[in-house]
Amino acid sequence: MFDNFPLWPASASSHAFWEDVLYIFLVVVCVAMTLLIFTLVAVFATKYRRRHGREATQIEGSLLLEIGWTVIPLGIMMVMFVGGAVLYFQMRTPPRDAAEVYVVAKQWMWKLQHTEGQREINELHVPVGRDIRLIMTSQDVIHSFYVPAFRIKMDVIPGRYTTMWFRASKTGTYHLFCAQYCGTMHSGMIGEVVVMEPNDYQAWMSGGPVAGSLAQNGQQLFQQFGCSTCHRFDVQGRGPNLMGLFGKPVQLDDGRTVTADEDYIRESIVNSQAKVVSGFARPSIMPVFQGQVSEEQLNALVAYIKSLAAAPAGEAGTPELKNPGSGPQSPK
Amino acid sequence: MATLAVSEERKNYLNAEYGIRSWLFTTDHKRIALLYLLSITAFFFIGGFAALLIRLELLTPAGDLLTADAYNKAFTMHGQVMVFFFLIPSIPAVLGNFLIPMMIGAKDLAFPRINLISWYIYIIAGILYIHCLVTGGVDTGWTFYPTFSTEFSNTKVIEAGLAIFISGFSSILTGLNFVVTVHRMRAPGMTWSRLPLFVWSHYATSIIMLLGTPVIAITLVLVVLERALNLGIFDPTRGGDPVLFQHLFWFYSHPAVYIMILPSMAVISEIVPCFSRKRVFGYSFVAISSIAIAAIGFVVWAHHMFVAGISLYSALVFSFLSFLVAVPSAVKVFNWTATMYKGSVSFSTPMLYAFGFIGLFTIGGLTGLFLATLGVDVHVHDTYFVIAHFHYVMVGGAVMGYLGGMHFWWPKISGKMYPEGWGRLAALIVFIGFNLTFFPQFILGYLGMPRRYWQYPPEYQVLNVLSTAGATILAVGYLLPMVYLLWSLRYGKPADDNPWKATGLEWTTSSPPPTFNFDETPVVTQEAYDYENMPLPEEVTLER
Amino acid sequence: MSDSPLVSDAPLDVEHHDRPELRHHFAAVDQQRNAASLGMWWFLGTEIMFFGGMFCAYLIYRRWYFPEFAVASRSLDLKVGTFNTVVLICSSLTVAMSVRAAQLGQRKLQVKMLLLTLLFGLSFLGIKTYEWGKKYEEHHIPTFDYNVIGGEGDLIKGNEELLGITTEVKNDPVKLRAREAEIQQHTKIFYSLYFALTGMHAIHMIIGVGIFIVITWMAHKGRFTPEYHTPLEIAGLYWHFVDIVWIYLFPLLYLIDRRPGA
Repeated sequence: MFDNFPLWPASASSHAFWEDVLYIFLVVVCVAMTLLIFTLVAVFATKYRRRHGREATQIEGSLLLEIGWTVIPLGIMMVMFVGGAVLYFQMRTPPRDAAEVYVVAKQWMWKLQHTEGQREINELHVPVGRDIRLIMTSQDVIHSFYVPAFRIKMDVIPGRYTTMWFRASKTGTYHLFCAQYCGTMHSGMIGEVVVMEPNDYQAWMSGGPVAGSLAQNGQQLFQQFGCSTCHRFDVQGRGPNLMGLFGKPVQLDDGRTVTADEDYIRESIVNSQAKVVSGFARPSIMPVFQGQVSEEQLNALVAYIKSLAAAPAGEAGTPELKNPGSGPQSPK
Repeated sequence: MATLAVSEERKNYLNAEYGIRSWLFTTDHKRIALLYLLSITAFFFIGGFAALLIRLELLTPAGDLLTADAYNKAFTMHGQVMVFFFLIPSIPAVLGNFLIPMMIGAKDLAFPRINLISWYIYIIAGILYIHCLVTGGVDTGWTFYPTFSTEFSNTKVIEAGLAIFISGFSSILTGLNFVVTVHRMRAPGMTWSRLPLFVWSHYATSIIMLLGTPVIAITLVLVVLERALNLGIFDPTRGGDPVLFQHLFWFYSHPAVYIMILPSMAVISEIVPCFSRKRVFGYSFVAISSIAIAAIGFVVWAHHMFVAGISLYSALVFSFLSFLVAVPSAVKVFNWTATMYKGSVSFSTPMLYAFGFIGLFTIGGLTGLFLATLGVDVHVHDTYFVIAHFHYVMVGGAVMGYLGGMHFWWPKISGKMYPEGWGRLAALIVFIGFNLTFFPQFILGYLGMPRRYWQYPPEYQVLNVLSTAGATILAVGYLLPMVYLLWSLRYGKPADDNPWKATGLEWTTSSPPPTFNFDETPVVTQEAYDYENMPLPEEVTLER
Repeated sequence: MSDSPLVSDAPLDVEHHDRPELRHHFAAVDQQRNAASLGMWWFLGTEIMFFGGMFCAYLIYRRWYFPEFAVASRSLDLKVGTFNTVVLICSSLTVAMSVRAAQLGQRKLQVKMLLLTLLFGLSFLGIKTYEWGKKYEEHHIPTFDYNVIGGEGDLIKGNEELLGITTEVKNDPVKLRAREAEIQQHTKIFYSLYFALTGMHAIHMIIGVGIFIVITWMAHKGRFTPEYHTPLEIAGLYWHFVDIVWIYLFPLLYLIDRRPGA
């Protein structure tokens, strides 16, 4: 509204529009209810104010009214509940081919890594109209990634990944805040989300230094940590074949079936005993890498494993990276 | 019990004995209530001072009044003092203690010595907390989230945690006393369905105190042990889970908010019928609503954790339940409003506070629905919207109820009338100051200004300035009663036994009441709120 | 829904003079006893919630880290723990017997049973101290030189399979170190909860012993009669509750995985 006195936040994502609609619905209902109560109280207090000679009429109650003003608010609330639930469900269910950005929060800054390799600090550049998924973790305490213009927020927790996604709908620069108190400079842990036209975004991407794509870094680490000893791609190794694993259902030895998402991959690296694939002995012989692998290295490994396309049936093959770059290594 | 004007010779609980020992070793529930009154008022000032620091700092976007660390300590201590040392004890320990035995026709609570012990426990906890405050303070936020509180904070987390742990026992013992008293000490004829709604509401509050407080006690013990002994229970780098803390913490801290509002609702349930000269509309529904709030309140805690990484499906369940818990509160508001219909309404100070409560609690409660709505909560969680919401219910609701109750029962407690004109003026000032302070914060929150921010982007300044202006007006509104209530102790008009001509057994005693409340145990034959047979009070006039 | 207290027909004063233990705000002895009893039951309810928080944390971590919990649990001395459990159950028996003796007006028997209760209670605490001392020597107390790998408190030997330490892992220093770090952490969580739970229990026992010293003194002075022994009754309730908490703690802490040959 006014430049230095805004009364409504910028709305810059697909989600923001619908969230505002729901919000306005709530505002209307609540203002109506408030006005109703205020009016009734004002009217009763004046119309039935104490006057000499007029006595109060004792009324015990009315079952009909009680039922009415229990059921009707309940009904209205159910509408609110459904609206909110649908929106929340959408917000927590990212589209399948969202581009990904890894986020590492630490006291008191945001470190972001695009899959193409770009690194940013306290800034996130994204192209307009593109689905972006954030995969976030913290190095120390709980933080929270909050972009008011997109109406989204998610806590960023040490020791695990949390995710959320958005699709920016308007170019511009928007606030990024840390929204979970994290110490001295919690209020300084702020930045900007810069939404650009696709061409501008491309230009920005090629401008900066690229240290090898994230997945390529991951490939190096895969060798370095000895993962390839057991997780082989040519023959069946001691560990499950990771080709084409990402996103597929995995049968565990306790009968459960889980989906091999980022959290699953990360957990398997950090705590190999938590879930063991059916057919493999328990306790798992895979080492536990907690404390050995940094968060950024984990991000790279996860990105690498995600990039492993399924090999054609029956053929052993070398894994193909989805984002070929100028990385030097070839897998053994 | 003749309705004499109170004369100095008449023995009452205030002049039965003199000397500091007769106060510090009293077992009279009324004296203990006054001991609590003094202590919680002291803590209200401390918490209020912290609020002053916060609002002054937030006049400008830059952090220029306090250091960031000092500011973080200010909001932490504002929250902890106001919640644990002011709001939770306030109405139960002062008005509940004072009135419940009289309202049910008993001579004292079931366990008078435990009542005194609960005050001493509170004092010990309070002294420990003040010591923590003056020797460095604590900066974790009142919510103590690990891993910041257990590992990264450099402040006196252990001391603050222990102080709050100890204060919890005061709460538990108060709740214990009330529950047993209501079960076992009612006078003949005082059946459950004849209980004043004040008692019903305090009964529900006490259930929450009993079943909820121990959980935060053990949670704080675990935090203290973790920090002192480096255990790792909440540390993900050592196999622990910080979100486990959040579940344990909120399991108590959500019901705790009902500990803070139910007693205030209790007061409103007494004031509205008296100043409408009518029985409460839908008595049983209001009574059951109190119990329903307590019960459902225990199963909604994770609505504080919608973006904490809980599963989608548990979020859905908790959102649904959180809507359910709003229903009994709404039922109460409707019933109070309906009580005024065809009544004979007068605008005394207590009634003005009741009006304020009904309006502000409605707004506060409705904004809670925004937070229960998943899609909206994601945006406004951890912003000023939440701060505005809970201040509307806790200050606009609970504190206004407290002030209304203090004015309503002041004649009974002190034997004096407060000056009505000043009372009404203060109520108005509080109402205006309150709204100016906290309404802008709804807008700030939706704009995206997060909580616990020492500095903020410049476009939020105008609303922050409005809020601080409101806070200064609110402060005046709070100071006024302190002044004129004290004034009335000496210069106020002596009060009749029943100046408001209210129903309720407490009004059948003298003002102030004798030490043992009743010379003979009353026998109850009437419903509560039998205003049909009550004469009207004299005009409630503006007294000097 | 009326449970109005019984009010004696006699004027209150007389009743109070006859019964010195009747406090002024109660109308009848029955009422006073009921109130005390109800109060103690509610208090025990709060204690359930208090321990409940820790039980909750325990259950979650046990599910996540079963092998480490099982192995750490086995390091607790089963014989000593079982003996201690029997001691505590006996103490509850003697409490019940002392209440019975009070109901029958047998002062000497009351005191005897109470002294036995104290004996059992103190034995329990003594044996607990011995157990904790052993844990200290084995370096199983978090913070005090905690270590479960090698040395007196080694948990690995004999449990390699359960803990996932195969020959292959053993031969690879990187893998071994990683797995060992994890075992240290997760067993430490077990012991943290073990000491928190048994420590909290022990504090309650100590308070109980203190209460019962006073109760025994009162019994010795003849303060308990068939008509009035309320303090004894409600102290007994407290003691039984502390016993029951232990009945839950014992299997959860000591009996996680005691299959023969496991």
